[in-house]
Amino acid sequence: MPSHITTPELSKVDQERLVQSGIDLDMKNRCGSFLQMDQDVVHAECSQEGIEVLSYAKAFEKYAWLKDYNWKMISPDKDEVTKYVAAQKDPKGYVIIAHKGSSNILPIQACLFLGKDQIQHVHNIIIAEEGAELHIISGCTSGAHVGKGGAHYGISEFYVKKNAKISFTMIHNWSENIEVYPRSASVVEENGVFLSNYVCMQPVKKVQMYPTATLKGANSVARFSSIVIATPGSLMDLGSRAILEGVGASAELITRAITKGGTIISRGHINGKTAGTRGHLECKGLILKDGVIYAIPEIEGSVVGTELSHEAAVGKLAKDEIEYLMSRGLDEDEATATIIRGFLDVKITGLPEALQKQIDASIDEAEKSGF
Amino acid sequence: MLQIKNLYVNVGDKEVLHDINLHIDDGETHVLLGPNGSGKTTLLMTLMGFSNYTVTKGTINYNGEDVTNMHANERAKRGIGMLFQRPPTISGLKLGKMLTAISRTKQENIPELAKSVHMDKFLERDINKGFSGGEIKRSEVLQLMIQNPDFVMLDEPESGVDLENISLIGTTIGTLLEKDKHRANRKKSGLVITHTGYILDYLDADKGHVMCDGQIRCHGNPREILKDIKQRGYKECLECRHT
Repeated sequence: MPSHITTPELSKVDQERLVQSGIDLDMKNRCGSFLQMDQDVVHAECSQEGIEVLSYAKAFEKYAWLKDYNWKMISPDKDEVTKYVAAQKDPKGYVIIAHKGSSNILPIQACLFLGKDQIQHVHNIIIAEEGAELHIISGCTSGAHVGKGGAHYGISEFYVKKNAKISFTMIHNWSENIEVYPRSASVVEENGVFLSNYVCMQPVKKVQMYPTATLKGANSVARFSSIVIATPGSLMDLGSRAILEGVGASAELITRAITKGGTIISRGHINGKTAGTRGHLECKGLILKDGVIYAIPEIEGSVVGTELSHEAAVGKLAKDEIEYLMSRGLDEDEATATIIRGFLDVKITGLPEALQKQIDASIDEAEKSGF
Repeated sequence: MLQIKNLYVNVGDKEVLHDINLHIDDGETHVLLGPNGSGKTTLLMTLMGFSNYTVTKGTINYNGEDVTNMHANERAKRGIGMLFQRPPTISGLKLGKMLTAISRTKQENIPELAKSVHMDKFLERDINKGFSGGEIKRSEVLQLMIQNPDFVMLDEPESGVDLENISLIGTTIGTLLEKDKHRANRKKSGLVITHTGYILDYLDADKGHVMCDGQIRCHGNPREILKDIKQRGYKECLECRHT
């Protein structure tokens, strides 16, 4: 059993913020943890046999071959964010390796905590070797009192080998003055499965990301699910991309977006390059208060035998649905919350119960404050 | 239980119901007949308190209280319930979650009740999404079983339902309306819209009314009225101006 995570220098409020972003300090439902506060790695361990959670620095000391996984999917010159992270003399972040055939049902938690006015940078490498199954929850949060604001730059490279599976559930719990720029990419080999889930129900100044999954192997699968609420002042520029290369590869990109006054740009791109591939992109948006939901779904097919589809809808809460629930005795607020709750309820196939519960808990938290 | 006096109702700018008068006592079940588009559903939606239906004149009195301007949830809390003919589909909202949300006592055994109307396999489905006609009606009946209203309005409970399920739905609604009790001991009342009359085999209705062009044209024994309509259609009703 891994040890309890101690964060004595954190206030109770900040510890609560960690919990809200999916971090279990008691480690009851987790098999391993990584905790980075600003630029200090405070905790990195895993009790699950065959799975290692290491700081970026330690991992490179231990495994020389890791250089073959470093900056292989994302170019260091891609943009200002990648350049900044690549220029660091002392790179931070984590490396998680699920060795051949290993698996965890209790997820590993990775927490990135931003407590000071600064840019927090991380470079993460996640590898599931042949036949391994790896579940990770990544909770990203900032202290309640990050004065003028800060930024988080995160590079993540995922390698899903033959018959392997990675689920990565990222819960963002930043604040109004934080800017976040994740840059992530994954490559999925034969029969591999990559599930990427993103939940952001709390205010943030700006998030910009466009993770890409390249499905190289035959019958490989990627599913991206995003559940987001944009409050006034938040700009969420979100996308996900799947490149279908392996015969029989398939991808699903699902977004549920609500604006309460903020701006959400929901991008998506599926590129079907091989016959026998399938992809579906779905973005549903609800405008609760004047704000922007800008859905840009793109599907691109270049061979006979790729099947791609998309569905995008932006609208308001339907009055007849609210009144239907009211006729069953719910008041208007209860009826509204019940419908929004349903709207956000995306059940993710293949996700362990503990992680689905964590996603549900984030929605519960948003519901408590009246969505 | 329910007293409607000189009720006029607009849907948008158009007056749809004109001078409706109806009295339903405790324990009574009334049947509302009439051709398509005559205003039957409008009356039920108005009684339930849907905001698209504006009462321009008249009153709705329920158990001695004027409910004319009450919201639907306030009426539901007072014991008014409705089986919808075409309820909306709510994406993502699971039937089971909805039942939990509407359960007043939180004591009901939802899985068991669902099983009794063959809806146990639908608890994890989005409400009404892809449901057949019969499934919609069984879902509606199940919601009413949990809501347990004192005054039950039923908008064509048998439409789209196969004969086997009419028996199940009919019997269950019969229980909701305390038809298993002696007439003198019944407290629950009902107002039922039907075209076929099949549901009447289970409901032991007390009175029938015929609605045409937004008016109630005649009252009488429900079976006799239905027999007349089956033989002669609504032509004479439409021509009839007596109320």
